[in-house]
Amino acid sequence: MTTNAATTTPLLEISNLTVHLAGGGDNPKPVLDGIDLTLAPGESLGLVGESGSGKSMTVRAVSRLLPNGASLDGAIRFDGRDVAAMSAAALREYRDTGVGMIFQDPRAHINPTRRIGAFLTEALVRNRAVPRRTARDRAAAVLAEVGIDDPDRRLRQYPHELSGGMLQRVMIASVLLAEPRLILADEPTTALDVTIQAEVVGILDRLRRERGLGMVFITHDLDLALAVCGRVAVMYAGRIVEFREADDLHRRAAHPYTLGLLGSRPSIDARAERLNAIPGRPRSAFEAGPGCAFADRCAHVRTVCHEVRPELEPFDDGLVRCHRVAEITRQEATV
Amino acid sequence: MNTPTVEPVAVVTDVAVARPSRIARLRSSLGPAGTAAAIFLIVVLLIAIAAPLIAPYDPDAQSLLSAFAGPSGAHLLGTDDLGRDILSRLVYGSRTSLLGPALVVAVALLVGIPLALIAAWYGGAVDAIVARIFDLVYALPGLLLAVLAVALFGPGLMPAVVALSIAYIPFLARIVRAAARQQRVSPYVDALAVQGFGVTRIMVRHILRNIGPVVLGQAAIAFGYALLDLASLSFLGLAVQAPTADWGVMVSDSNALMQGYWLPVLAPGVLIVLCVLSLTVLGARISGERPQPYLRMRRATRARVGTGAHSSTTPTGATP
Amino acid sequence: MTAQATTVSASSTTDCAVAVTNLTKVFRVPDGKGGRTRHTAVDAVSFTVEAGGSLGIVGESGSGKTTIARMLVGLERATGGEMAVLGRDRSAPARRSAERNRRAQELQIVFQDPYTSLDPAQSARAAVDEVLRHHGRFSAEQRAARLTELMDQVGLTDRQARARPRDLSGGQRQRVAIARALAADPKVLILDEAVSALDVSIQAQILNLLADIRAATGIAYLLISHDLAVVRQLCDTVLVLRRGKVVEQGTCDSVLDAPAEEYTRALRAAVPVPGWRP
Repeated sequence: MTTNAATTTPLLEISNLTVHLAGGGDNPKPVLDGIDLTLAPGESLGLVGESGSGKSMTVRAVSRLLPNGASLDGAIRFDGRDVAAMSAAALREYRDTGVGMIFQDPRAHINPTRRIGAFLTEALVRNRAVPRRTARDRAAAVLAEVGIDDPDRRLRQYPHELSGGMLQRVMIASVLLAEPRLILADEPTTALDVTIQAEVVGILDRLRRERGLGMVFITHDLDLALAVCGRVAVMYAGRIVEFREADDLHRRAAHPYTLGLLGSRPSIDARAERLNAIPGRPRSAFEAGPGCAFADRCAHVRTVCHEVRPELEPFDDGLVRCHRVAEITRQEATV
Repeated sequence: MNTPTVEPVAVVTDVAVARPSRIARLRSSLGPAGTAAAIFLIVVLLIAIAAPLIAPYDPDAQSLLSAFAGPSGAHLLGTDDLGRDILSRLVYGSRTSLLGPALVVAVALLVGIPLALIAAWYGGAVDAIVARIFDLVYALPGLLLAVLAVALFGPGLMPAVVALSIAYIPFLARIVRAAARQQRVSPYVDALAVQGFGVTRIMVRHILRNIGPVVLGQAAIAFGYALLDLASLSFLGLAVQAPTADWGVMVSDSNALMQGYWLPVLAPGVLIVLCVLSLTVLGARISGERPQPYLRMRRATRARVGTGAHSSTTPTGATP
Repeated sequence: MTAQATTVSASSTTDCAVAVTNLTKVFRVPDGKGGRTRHTAVDAVSFTVEAGGSLGIVGESGSGKTTIARMLVGLERATGGEMAVLGRDRSAPARRSAERNRRAQELQIVFQDPYTSLDPAQSARAAVDEVLRHHGRFSAEQRAARLTELMDQVGLTDRQARARPRDLSGGQRQRVAIARALAADPKVLILDEAVSALDVSIQAQILNLLADIRAATGIAYLLISHDLAVVRQLCDTVLVLRRGKVVEQGTCDSVLDAPAEEYTRALRAAVPVPGWRP
């Protein structure tokens, strides 16, 4: 298996993406280190990781929303077109109809002084010259699709009158109104109650299947990613360390970090005697040494892990970035 | 709600990293302009303190024979209409010119900080009353208050200082109040309260310490404004009186201008401007404003596709 | 199993670490039309925590769980009902500093956000030392020894202890917050979503740490959380709260494995687990 999902032109293709942030003085700090991903239309891909893993940076690079002073190496292609080389006009069109982004905190990304209706219709009216009345009708229709009742009344309300869950649905509605081909969802439900999360995730999933959209779903919750996405990439320190079909991940996870994540979650069904916590703390790309980024926390570490950087290689119907993955899996199997 | 906070990218590892010296860190946080301003002000302060040792002449010594002499070996900046050495008058003038604003700011802080902290902590009615008092006093122009004080008590530095102190209280107190209110709702203040610490201790040992830089910065800026206000009052003859050497008084020397000599007026004027400018820049830096490298940012955001080698814009914006 | 919270009789409250009876909090909030309306955040909630026990209060946003915690530590004033910690009533606010200090040594709290719950101008050592100085009748050597003991207990190295909060990670800061809370030597510790803002792998470390501390010192926990799995891991009993009212309470095993109430079932069903589909 490779990260390539289809033989037709992939919707999104990321090749060897490396991003450095402006650091102090002359030291640019790497935050992403050689990311390769492909996404076919209609597919959903999960990016799972903790702080410093680079999952947010990846989608920000895709929509070219990197912070000031950041530099980018590698290629990002949307529908075959190079994103980094787009002119200002092409970029605007790309961000309008190509890519839609859903952020973690909806309140930080909606203008609090304008009504919901204005927020939703602005892009349509200004960028695509849709008449105001038609735009309002479309907005009301989309609000109904995301499960908001009484959409006409909601259009006249201000953001502070809506709860977090409602507001996130409005964000999703705004993204859908633009009818993009690709949705980038950065922890869209982390700030929501778990019951609302289940509804919102259900809505996203349904709409993706109905409209054939591609979706990249970022979360720290591995179980959520497995439930929502077709394939999942586990990221650590700016690199992908494991890549697998979601249905397979629980049974066949092989990378020590993935196994660590799976094992350190408390279970709702029973109390563990002691949680298998991974020692140390999650690293960013600039803290990684020359070898494997996970070496200082791994229980199976050997000398080679500190010295040589592992590559992402096929293993058991997935991709794993680990020197000793075969031995470790054999060991675990015999235990 | 319950969001896992995104860790800032700059989290320090446990590996020991050599930190630059305190002086170096101070210089980099002040920036080049801030450092220059700080050095300038320190020099002026030293001159004020050591005036008798530095001034070549007695500032009040008149010599009509050498009136309006231009810059020369004997008088580096020349003399004024009464033959007094300008350089010596500038040196001695720094004392009154700096003393007045220092008193104004000191009194404004001594009265304003406690009021602001109390208003910020208790909120509600207490805060409403204090805030309205501040608004009232703030609405009165400082210079007019000073004129009123002079009308009541006669001209002189002290009435002007008292009047300006009152006028400056709300200027500083409002900033203290706003910053303290922010700290007040921080969980660490709650944690301290739950530990049983008293209100005064939390306000002084914790809140005040955290808002210190902001307050100090604004105090420096207020010092500059007060310097200008007092110089203006002295210029009008309402504060420091001639023939005392004082920068504001020296600027009001119209005799020199009418005769075509601009140096006796320009020199003190330039000093006032430089001091106020330095204080404003230094104050801004201390309270936390960072230099804005606008041009650097514009160039660096144009990300470029590399060829595999690390060919991209460097953080300083210089394209390789 | 009945859903109503059993009212606690007076005689049994004295041996509980925490006993809360009919606790109520009503806020007056602006109603959007210029006036003010009453909003009942906590509605006649009753529960107990045994000495050395561990109760989890579970609810979604707006359930009132954080308000209950704030009332217990005295940051909010209760509108009605009674609260007692270690048998001593604290329904009325503490007036004098002696009473405040006494209450501080009974019950402490660790907050959710590790980035704002520590004084940014204080090192970890200074923060914990300040508390030790305030409460303890230690000599200087005893205090230093106790400080080292606390730092070891929460797993902080000497270098980390001397660092300011801005140089520490979220997990490290939370350890400092725990050490600071323990410095007052309380018998009960409230953990207000104390692990919610941490990375998954760090969360596991802190949960293990909390379990270790409880095993070593016999301290009682009151864990406020929206995460049922975390509650299961750390708590013996659980109370489910919705819009200020108690929905269900009992042991973790009974409430989570066989929920009696629809709401509890819905909460449990919404949690992503292997095999879950939206």
